[in-house]
Amino acid sequence: MPGPQPVPSAVEKIDARSHPRLLEGVGAGEFADRIFYVTMLACGLSVLALVALIIYELSTKSAITWHAFGWKFFFDSDWDPVNEVYGAWPFVYGTLVSSLLALIIAVPLGVGVAVFITEMSPRWLRTPLAFTTELLAAIPSVIYGLWAIFVLVPILRDDIEPALGKYLGWTGLFTGTPYGIGMLAAGVILAIMVVPIISSITREVMTAVPQQQREAVLALGATRWEMIRVGVLRNARAGIFGGVILGLGRALGETMAVTMVIGNRPEISKSLFAPGYTMASVIANEFSEATSDKYLSALIEVGLALFIVTIIVNIFAQILVWTVTRGTPARAHG
Amino acid sequence: MANHHENQSMIAPSISLRRRGMDFLVTCAAGGAVVLVLLPLGAVFGYLVYKGVGSINLAFLTETPKPPGETGGGMANAIAGSSLILLLGSLVGVPVGIGAGVYLAEYGRNRLGNLIRFTADVLNGVPSIIVGIVAYGLVVLTQGHFSALAGGVALAIMMIPTITRTTEEMLLLVPNSVREAAYGLGVPRWRTTLSITLRTATSGVITGVMLAFARVAGETAPLLFTAFGNQFWNWKVNQPTAALPLQIFTYAISPYDDWHKQAWAGALILIILIVFSVSAVRFVASRGMLKGAN
Amino acid sequence: MGVGVKVEKLNAWYGKSQALYDITMQAQANHATALIGPSGCGKSTFVRCLNRMHETVPDARADGKVLVGDLSVYNGTTAVQIRRRIGMVFQKPNPFPTMSIYDNVAAGLKLNGFRDHHRLDEIVERSLKHAALWDEVKDTVRKKSGASLSGGQQQRLCIARALAVEPEVLLMDEPCSALDPISTGKIEELIFQLKEKYTIVIVTHNMQQASRVAEFTGFFLLGRLIEFDKTEKIFTTPSDKRTEDYITGRFG
Repeated sequence: MPGPQPVPSAVEKIDARSHPRLLEGVGAGEFADRIFYVTMLACGLSVLALVALIIYELSTKSAITWHAFGWKFFFDSDWDPVNEVYGAWPFVYGTLVSSLLALIIAVPLGVGVAVFITEMSPRWLRTPLAFTTELLAAIPSVIYGLWAIFVLVPILRDDIEPALGKYLGWTGLFTGTPYGIGMLAAGVILAIMVVPIISSITREVMTAVPQQQREAVLALGATRWEMIRVGVLRNARAGIFGGVILGLGRALGETMAVTMVIGNRPEISKSLFAPGYTMASVIANEFSEATSDKYLSALIEVGLALFIVTIIVNIFAQILVWTVTRGTPARAHG
Repeated sequence: MANHHENQSMIAPSISLRRRGMDFLVTCAAGGAVVLVLLPLGAVFGYLVYKGVGSINLAFLTETPKPPGETGGGMANAIAGSSLILLLGSLVGVPVGIGAGVYLAEYGRNRLGNLIRFTADVLNGVPSIIVGIVAYGLVVLTQGHFSALAGGVALAIMMIPTITRTTEEMLLLVPNSVREAAYGLGVPRWRTTLSITLRTATSGVITGVMLAFARVAGETAPLLFTAFGNQFWNWKVNQPTAALPLQIFTYAISPYDDWHKQAWAGALILIILIVFSVSAVRFVASRGMLKGAN
Repeated sequence: MGVGVKVEKLNAWYGKSQALYDITMQAQANHATALIGPSGCGKSTFVRCLNRMHETVPDARADGKVLVGDLSVYNGTTAVQIRRRIGMVFQKPNPFPTMSIYDNVAAGLKLNGFRDHHRLDEIVERSLKHAALWDEVKDTVRKKSGASLSGGQQQRLCIARALAVEPEVLLMDEPCSALDPISTGKIEELIFQLKEKYTIVIVTHNMQQASRVAEFTGFFLLGRLIEFDKTEKIFTTPSDKRTEDYITGRFG
């Protein structure tokens, strides 16, 4: 656009004087800026360094058993420190079963709580309810363990387990002497610890579902439940699943409460009344007693496996939650 | 959402009994879930207070543990030890976490930033027992013995990712116009970040720090083979040190009644510490994080 | 005293898209120069180039010759030092939310290491007086937060804050667009008084405002300076057809 050149002659004079100034001689802070940037960058990089350090520590210090047993380590059931034979299958099994049990109990509860808080509860009750359920997540694991030993286990032993044995004993899952301590206790206490995670993520993704989705379904003459099922849960299901997986990640790595009630015996039993052992618990119990290098290596290899599994589970969960809360709507068809 | 009821009653005549029954059942189920979840919460707090209050006494707060089987004694050294370990952890974890958060918020709109952000989330999900193993390898093996320092390092590793992400979030809440105002006055970038951006977000950043603190205050697993525990007083950074959660664990699985009582008392003290810091945070936050920033 | 601003062949980009094309103009010392034009025409980008605020936007850059008095803005000095000599007032009032009125005004000096408290008191009072805010806030200057003031007062606080570092030029980027008519009137009155001591460059989308406060006016369109002349001339007998179309409301 070749417009006429502006007319500088309109300005009569340019005053080019400068006078002494208040901040004369104060530096521009370029050097300080550089130092500051490098320091902050170093802090940021330390996060990367920590994860690298974890991977390095776990993989180098578990080399002995990895070379001795290979993949067999994870599928062999014999854990015998006296004879230096290590198979981690009972721990893998115990971790999987206690976590799945926890999810079976916690998922309906967590989703139910979230549905109640976001869709059904009176407005004034919402914040207190949300705060209270979140408080469950603030209680330390060791306190859950303490409570489980002295309150939950006796209830399971005296009331719940006998009843389960009587009516559901035929399934084979609830047989044997009800000790209280065992896989079932671990599953229940884990469930209590996982519920707040599932319910808070579920609430988050349900709130992210646009209000129009609800109104559209209601306008078709749906009941509230049909509205929740079709308009909300269906749209939020990927995120809810992400919350469940996040809960699984927490359950897999949970140590203290489980260690205190699971019985700590490397056995595999179909009955949930029987004691078991988890990957985290065996590290907690035996790490400071591990005298030989091979024993320590075996425990660290259990740790490495636990680390890899929880990392994969967490990343998967993050992606799922992300698709609902930040990404495009989960899917168009319905 | 408040008008669901009206909507429902307006269209009610066209809805079959079966569908309304289902709606009712689900409402009951969701309400039931809330009750079932609040029940253990109430039970945990109820028992803590019921069992704990009776067991807290002067001896508990001032004495060290008695030998196994003897009654009396207390957890004074464990409370002190926990403070020491938490102090060490915070000394490392808080500045590094805040620094990393500043990097992400002020310089991290790039691929490296995304990588750090993602890694921080990964680190957040690492089981605490694993962090214990790493601190063991890093500090205990190099020093040759268990120490408060090793426990502090473990807790610091756990605090960093939490503080990083909350700090970043809080700094991003500060409107860009506030940064521009400082740049416009000729204030260098580092000074703007420290004295303007970070200061504007102070209460939010403190919230994040307190939450991280509350989270690690009750951690037991990473201390098992780092701080290790100690029956006696210890103020030395490089010596095995008692910690409240460790002591609760040891006493809870012991066969002695008196130790069980002390475990409850310790748990009550621990939860008071945690609830206090969390609600202090709520209070500060409600007093106006970024008040008037917009 | 203010100093003149001289701009030659200034170009600016956001990433790959060019926002300003070969701008050449001068702003006379101790006068107000208004920049008008439809939104998106580059007038805001232009003032942000004068104190190098433009480059704080990621991927943004500028080149050309800008002289403020005898100081070359893009050559031989740092953005930080430029900004200490060229104050800026933004579209939306942006006081520092956690600071008192006093600290807001003192911020530019304090954050640059100025520690003389007696002089600081003096400068804060003088700056608030220059910004016509002193009488309204003198009793609560250390107690009240800057964010607790009304919108118009906040904008005057921002002007006082800019004046406290004793700039020679004051850039105002649509300073009244977020304000009510009464507050706008006060700011315009203020601009008249400030001209005695500072050179003012004001961006405005309001043509009446330009004709009320400025001796010179530039008309921007699509990143180009179409016409620059005495305000009177621009609004009565513009020499470019596009300027005429704009001021008579035929587009924009």
